[in-house]
Amino acid sequence: MLSFIARRLGLLIPTFFGITLLTFALIRMIPGDPVEVMMGERRVDPQMHAEAMERLGLNKPLYAQYIDYISQLARGDLGESLRTRTPVWDEFTTLFPATLELTLAALLFAGSLGLIAGVIAALKRGSLFDHGVMGISLAGYSMPIFWWGLLLIMCFSVWLGWTPVSGRIDLLYDIPPVTGFMLIDTLLSDEQGAFADALHHLILPAIVLGTIPLAVIARMTRSAMLEVLREDYIRTARAKGLSPARVVFVHGLRNALIPVLTVFGLQIGALLAGAVLTETIFSWPGIGKWLIESIGARDYPVVQNGILLIACLVILVNFVVDILYGLANPRIRHQK
Amino acid sequence: MTTSTPLDQALLYPSPLKEFWSAFSQNKGAVAGLGFMILMVFCALFAPWIAPYSPSEQFRDALLTPPAWLEGGQWQFLLGTDEVGRDLLSRLIHGARLSLLIGLASVLLSLIPGILLGLLAGFFPHLLGPSIMRLMDVMLALPSLLLAVAIVAILGPGLINTIFAIAIVSLPSYVRLTRAAVMGELNRDYVTAARLAGASLPRLMFITVLPNCMAPLIVQATLSFSSAILDAAALGFLGLGVQPPIPEWGTMLASARDYIERAWWVVTLPGLAILLSVLAINLMGDGLRDALDPKLKNAT
Repeated sequence: MLSFIARRLGLLIPTFFGITLLTFALIRMIPGDPVEVMMGERRVDPQMHAEAMERLGLNKPLYAQYIDYISQLARGDLGESLRTRTPVWDEFTTLFPATLELTLAALLFAGSLGLIAGVIAALKRGSLFDHGVMGISLAGYSMPIFWWGLLLIMCFSVWLGWTPVSGRIDLLYDIPPVTGFMLIDTLLSDEQGAFADALHHLILPAIVLGTIPLAVIARMTRSAMLEVLREDYIRTARAKGLSPARVVFVHGLRNALIPVLTVFGLQIGALLAGAVLTETIFSWPGIGKWLIESIGARDYPVVQNGILLIACLVILVNFVVDILYGLANPRIRHQK
Repeated sequence: MTTSTPLDQALLYPSPLKEFWSAFSQNKGAVAGLGFMILMVFCALFAPWIAPYSPSEQFRDALLTPPAWLEGGQWQFLLGTDEVGRDLLSRLIHGARLSLLIGLASVLLSLIPGILLGLLAGFFPHLLGPSIMRLMDVMLALPSLLLAVAIVAILGPGLINTIFAIAIVSLPSYVRLTRAAVMGELNRDYVTAARLAGASLPRLMFITVLPNCMAPLIVQATLSFSSAILDAAALGFLGLGVQPPIPEWGTMLASARDYIERAWWVVTLPGLAILLSVLAINLMGDGLRDALDPKLKNAT
């Protein structure tokens, strides 16, 4: 197992350096003069221009700039935002819990509903329910989620007035950020109704973000279940006289879960990408919205290292999923 | 012995095209998808002649007119008008043009280098192969939309840059698929035979091996066509893709957001166009996979 982990770790290092190359190139491939672009004005005073080039280290040869960049990263210095003058790392850590909360809620929604729908569809293969689940999941898989979000806002917020349109909580509440998770913070504070309000704000974004994973998980669960249900050990379990529920959930679902878990893990990268869109639609103050706004404002340090941080996050999650998968399935572990 | 009796037609092996069609047409969803795609291609090709108006023509006295069948609708604007009085139907028809163009261009731009790199990685498994694959792993580390966002952040928004960003994003899957297929074929007897017969490297690559690797590549090309349309629309929606007033579906949605409370049609219809075209292509891809690559038939 250790050698398996070491092998996977060995793969991480070149990937990490590749990502730093990408983010390094990012700021240097901006068309035009970087100083003019960053200051947002043309014909900067030559002396100021030279000073800015010096300060940013842009007058050194490229390899020296890259070494500077890496040593800066190694010191944990991610630069500071041009707009707010706060360190990029601080901005990231304040906003990240919001994205994490949304992502976890979406996974919970997609995972629970997807598993149930997939299992029932497999058990009732060929039925109307099965065809319905497959049809809906195909549509869900093809869904432009930014449009889906707008539709849900239109139905549930504008027409029915059930849910709020944007944000994490109503402005009336003043919730001190303890954990950064609004649901937990509202419980910790003693404001009446704050928790329910936060939950109301979370529902629509979580559904929107969870839609594509839901479709993928439902399809995957169904096909994994169908395969498992054909196995001899299921027949044996039935022949032993076990209750149908026990056969399906203990003997069947547990074995069908392995491929489903992989897909679950693979969806996390897609979820972060989806979060960019979902947060933009619902004005959810997370890292996705932060990144897009920084691109719009040409806040290059944030764009550069924000992408680096998100990429590292995805790499890390995939690494953990890989390890978990290796734990669950010895065949993967021993693969060269 | 005389062989003058005419051959029984039923015993003949069907032509590849016929065989393909009979496998493809068994999948009803795929045929429906193909039908919708044909309609879309027709709209895209003849947009200026089919569309009732120019996509940028503004009817100032008919702002936000609802679709014709609703109260207040006018039959001259079948699907209604947007916030500056442009005919929605005309814009959607012209938008089909853009979506297909982006899809086609980005698929070609990633398919060709992808195949080349995949062939190289497969034929030179010692030095070149691993370095190409590592590079592709780096690109796969970022979710595709985020990578596209990063690329557009560098290059700036616009149609051409959207196409490039999406092409770069979908490159790794072609490289991986081609390499895997090439590695599978390289040990086959026919490749050894061609080698012994003195076939040159380019001949081995492109004429001997490549045609036998095409099935998964065609399927992948269809699937990345649909994700290209989706990603382009997402970029447009974020304001990083095709810029207004060009009638790209995602860009149209972005400007429609402000009218969500009073004009559902400007929000609903462009998204419906995206959903239907992506769905149609995905359905078609499923059918293609069943018909071209029977091994994958039951894989998800």
